Amino acid sequence: MSQPSSVRQEFETVLEPLTSVPLERELPLAQRLWQQGWLRKSLILILLAILWEVIARVQNNDLLLPSFLQTGHALYDGLLSGELLGKVWISLVVLIKGYLIGIVLAFALTTLAVSTQFGRDLLSTLTSMFNPLPAIALLPLALLWFGLGQNSLIFVLVHSVLWALALNTYAGFLGVSETLRMAGRNYGLKGMRFVLFILIPAALPSILAGLKIGWAFAWRTLIAAELVFGATSGKGGLGWYIFQNRNELYTDKVFAGLAVVILIGLLVENLVFDTLERVTVKRWGMQR
Amino acid sequence: MNAPLQGHAASNPVASTQALLAVDNVSLEYRTPQRVVRATHQVSFEIDPADRFVLLGPSGCGKSTLLKAAAGFIAPSEGEIRLQGQRVDGPGPDRIVVFQEFDQLPPWKTVKQNVMFPLLASRTLNKKDAEERALHYLEKVGLAAFADAYPHTLSGGMKARVAIARALAMQPKILLMDEPFAALDALTRRKMQEELLLLWEEVRFTLLFVTHSIEEALVVGNRILLLSPHPGRVRAEVHSHQYDLQSLGGVAFQESARRIHRLLFDEGQSPETERDHDFNDIRIAY
Repeated sequence: MSQPSSVRQEFETVLEPLTSVPLERELPLAQRLWQQGWLRKSLILILLAILWEVIARVQNNDLLLPSFLQTGHALYDGLLSGELLGKVWISLVVLIKGYLIGIVLAFALTTLAVSTQFGRDLLSTLTSMFNPLPAIALLPLALLWFGLGQNSLIFVLVHSVLWALALNTYAGFLGVSETLRMAGRNYGLKGMRFVLFILIPAALPSILAGLKIGWAFAWRTLIAAELVFGATSGKGGLGWYIFQNRNELYTDKVFAGLAVVILIGLLVENLVFDTLERVTVKRWGMQR
Repeated sequence: MNAPLQGHAASNPVASTQALLAVDNVSLEYRTPQRVVRATHQVSFEIDPADRFVLLGPSGCGKSTLLKAAAGFIAPSEGEIRLQGQRVDGPGPDRIVVFQEFDQLPPWKTVKQNVMFPLLASRTLNKKDAEERALHYLEKVGLAAFADAYPHTLSGGMKARVAIARALAMQPKILLMDEPFAALDALTRRKMQEELLLLWEEVRFTLLFVTHSIEEALVVGNRILLLSPHPGRVRAEVHSHQYDLQSLGGVAFQESARRIHRLLFDEGQSPETERDHDFNDIRIAY
């Protein structure tokens, strides 16, 4: 070993307990508030509402663009009279029926796909055929088969949920690490128990993503389908409410209906799915 | 053809009537889309109860594949593997594997639930007894305080400890460890080797341990089976029961390490080469 020309001195220090400086301190109030996602998002919404109000007042044409306050008023009236809530209820019942059937079918299909070659081929062929097909395009056919009624709606809803969810779930299953699979098989897990105890929890981030996409697709499809033929046995849903009020040129009510569609979307996204994510994949460190 | 067997017999003059795990002339192959590759060729060895049996070889010699075959994940293309005389034909909870990867612990289960998982999944115990046993083994590996933590909050060494506790809690006939400490830093690895040996002193489990580190093999094992480079064939069996962590750096230890190195890499003719061998972390004093 050659020595460098100049040598620094070695030294040791005795470390006293560090008391002069606080080890943690709180962030200032403004920063802490800014950390809250809902606060930032609400601010964006308020800005948008103000923008809307200003544009509507400049435009000054209720028929084309009612102002934010007018819409709020129509929404308030609709909710108070119970008309809007009734429509929402009709739509939601159909939606949830279609959504649940879609989920069950998607899981059946992906379970088949992870266990057999035939299932794999079936899933990939069907998804590549039907996933690009807009669900609403099937509505005429559904009306022919199931008649004017709930069943036709459910049929197109299932179609809109099934493929998106099956694709995501299957991709999630494929992404489960080999080590985890071997560990599961090591403990004697096979067949359905293997899917339930290993594959589904391990693929939960993808499954949740699929459920979210499926929900959005289904909601969209439902409103669109109701616009085409809203009435099911005399009672229509939210889409029908929008369509009817446009025909009667109650534009503020049309906006109120649209606002409800958006509000329900936001509620489900932020309450249901965010909560699901927080108590599962985020808590487990599988997703940031 | 039978040379490896003779070597084995010589090391075990009093052949026991029945080995715990017998690997009998096993050849393993794996498929790529284009070809079939032979990973090991006619490997035989026997593991007796309470052995700490190490498979050692250069990377790609098929030692991990052998362990996976013993676990039942891969079927031999030739020969057979027997556990207490019973032919191994699939994975089962009587042979628990500890893997190298940290993701062997399901992230959706807490530490305690992870240790309980095999007990419940294999229907060995009911929930209450499983919990009791899980806590007992977590205590043994020093993680009782972390029973309710999720794996992603643990360090690498702690995850390895959970995996060991989980394997021991099953009280398997044989514990299969596939380079369990290879992903840990050198100091943690040293600590884990020490703890594994202490646990062995206490529980006396039977261990099949795969490693590519000569030093780790000498410290952890009592018998070391050396496999040749690809395709893996049995090169030699070496005894290492006389070594533990205290013997690191000792003359006899170095000598054994050098001998193994020679056997593995066939530097037969020049035993005293001038360059000192590049063993994994061998110079870190204990």
